[in-house]
Amino acid sequence: MPSLGADMTEGTLVQWNVKPGDSVKRGDIVAVVGTEKADIEVEVYETGIVEKLIAQPGDKLPVGTPLAMIFVEGERVVPAVPEAPPPKPTARMRASPMARKLAQEMGVDLSTIQGSGAGGVIERADVEKAVELTAKAKVPSETERITPAQAAVPSPPTVEAGMRHAIALAMARSNREIPHYYLSTQIDMSKALHWLEHFNQQRTIENRVLPAALLLKAVAGALVQVPELNGYWIEDQLKTSHEIHLGVAISLRRGGLMIPAILLAQQKSVEALMAALRDLITRARSGRLRRSEITEGTITVTNLGDLGVETVYGVIYPPQVALVGFGKIVERPWAEQGMLGVRPVLTATLAADHRATDGHQGAQFLQALDRLLQEPEKL
Amino acid sequence: MTETEIRQAIVDTLHQIAPEADPGQIREDENLREALDIDSFDFLNVLIGLHERLGVEIPEADYGQLTTLSTLVQYLSRKLAGASGKVS
Repeated sequence: MPSLGADMTEGTLVQWNVKPGDSVKRGDIVAVVGTEKADIEVEVYETGIVEKLIAQPGDKLPVGTPLAMIFVEGERVVPAVPEAPPPKPTARMRASPMARKLAQEMGVDLSTIQGSGAGGVIERADVEKAVELTAKAKVPSETERITPAQAAVPSPPTVEAGMRHAIALAMARSNREIPHYYLSTQIDMSKALHWLEHFNQQRTIENRVLPAALLLKAVAGALVQVPELNGYWIEDQLKTSHEIHLGVAISLRRGGLMIPAILLAQQKSVEALMAALRDLITRARSGRLRRSEITEGTITVTNLGDLGVETVYGVIYPPQVALVGFGKIVERPWAEQGMLGVRPVLTATLAADHRATDGHQGAQFLQALDRLLQEPEKL
Repeated sequence: MTETEIRQAIVDTLHQIAPEADPGQIREDENLREALDIDSFDFLNVLIGLHERLGVEIPEADYGQLTTLSTLVQYLSRKLAGASGKVS
C-alpha cells in the first residue's frame, strides 16, 4: 500500500488493473487505491511479471503492506512495495467498486453486509438494501425525536468528510511546523496578455491557452533561477529537487481540493502546460489521478483570481517549502518612466518556509517571475 | 435553429460541466460563472462544448460579452444567423 500523502496511514484497494501472469513495466497503472480524499491510480515501480496479487479489492491496509508480488527478470520475486512491514491481519471485505463507493458515500460499514454476488462479493444492490434497512431502523418514534444535543453528533463519514479531514491534518501540520514568511509583488501583465492574445488568435478554441498556463511556465522558469524554493524540508534540512513538479491546487466541485502535480514542468512548453493542466483538472474532478501526481509535487501554485481575489496568502503543503499564489488580473493605474497609464496588473504572492530560505531568495524568485512575464515570447 | 433550441444546447452544455447544479434554474441576467461556480477552465470547456454542438466559432475577444444566459443566447443566435446567411 503506497503512501499517497504525508498523513495517510491506510488505504483501500479499489481494483486491480492486472492479473497474475501479466507483464508490467515501470510506470504502468496496476491498481486503484481509495484514500480519504479520492481514488488514486497507482503505478508499479518494477518491470516484470505479476507473480501474485496479495490484496483483494475492498481490503483496507496500512501503508507499507505489500499489495502484490512482481517477478523481475534475473532477480528474485519482489513485493510491489519493497519496504513493506509485515501485513497486519485485516477483515477482508470483498465488494464491487460501485458497492464500495456507495457504502463510503452512505457511511455504511461493508463488514456488516452479506454479499449476494459470486463468492459472496458485495454488490451495489446489497449496499442499497442495507441503507434502506438502516434508514427504516433509524426512524425515531414520537418519544425518541432527536434532541439538539444528539443532532450535534458527527454524521457518518462521507467522501467530503474524509477530504476535509485530510486537508485539516495537512494544514494543521503546516501551521504548526512551518514558520511561514510572505512576500508579494505586482506584475504588469500587459506584455504577457498581449502575447497570449496573439498566440491564441492562431489557434482553434480547443487549443487556446489561458493565462494560468503562462503563469505556470513563468513559475517553472523562476524556480530554475531560484531552486531553493523547489523541494522539501525533511529531517531538519532543505532538500532541493532538480526536477520541477508543479503542484496545482484544484478545487473540486463537490467541495475540498486536490493538489496534483504537473511533472517535469520546466521541460514543457506553454501549450504542453495548458494541455497538462486541462488533463489534471479533468481527472482531479473525475477522481482519476495517479500516485506520482499527488505525491511528487515540489512546490504548489494556487490561483484564486477567478473568484475575484487579488492577493493570496497561502499555507504551504508540507513537506514542500513554498507556495506561489496568484490573484485576479485587474486594471490599475500604473506609473512608468514618469508616465501614468492603465495596465492589467497581477499580484503574485510567495509563502515560503523560513527554515529553508530567507526573504532575499524569496524576493529573487518574485523578481525572476516578473522579469520572465515581461518577455513572454522567450518563455 | 430557434432560440429555444439554442437555450437548450447551452443548458445541456452547462449541465455537463456542472452536473450538480441545475442550469434550468438560472435567471436570464444572472452571471453564469458566479451562479454555477465555473472557473476559467470550465468556462473554456463550456465554450468548446457549444462550439462542438453548434459549430459556432467564438473568438477569444468575444468571451467578455458572454456573461449571462441572455447574452449567450443572443450572441449564438446572431452567429448562427450569420453562418446560415453565408451558406444561402
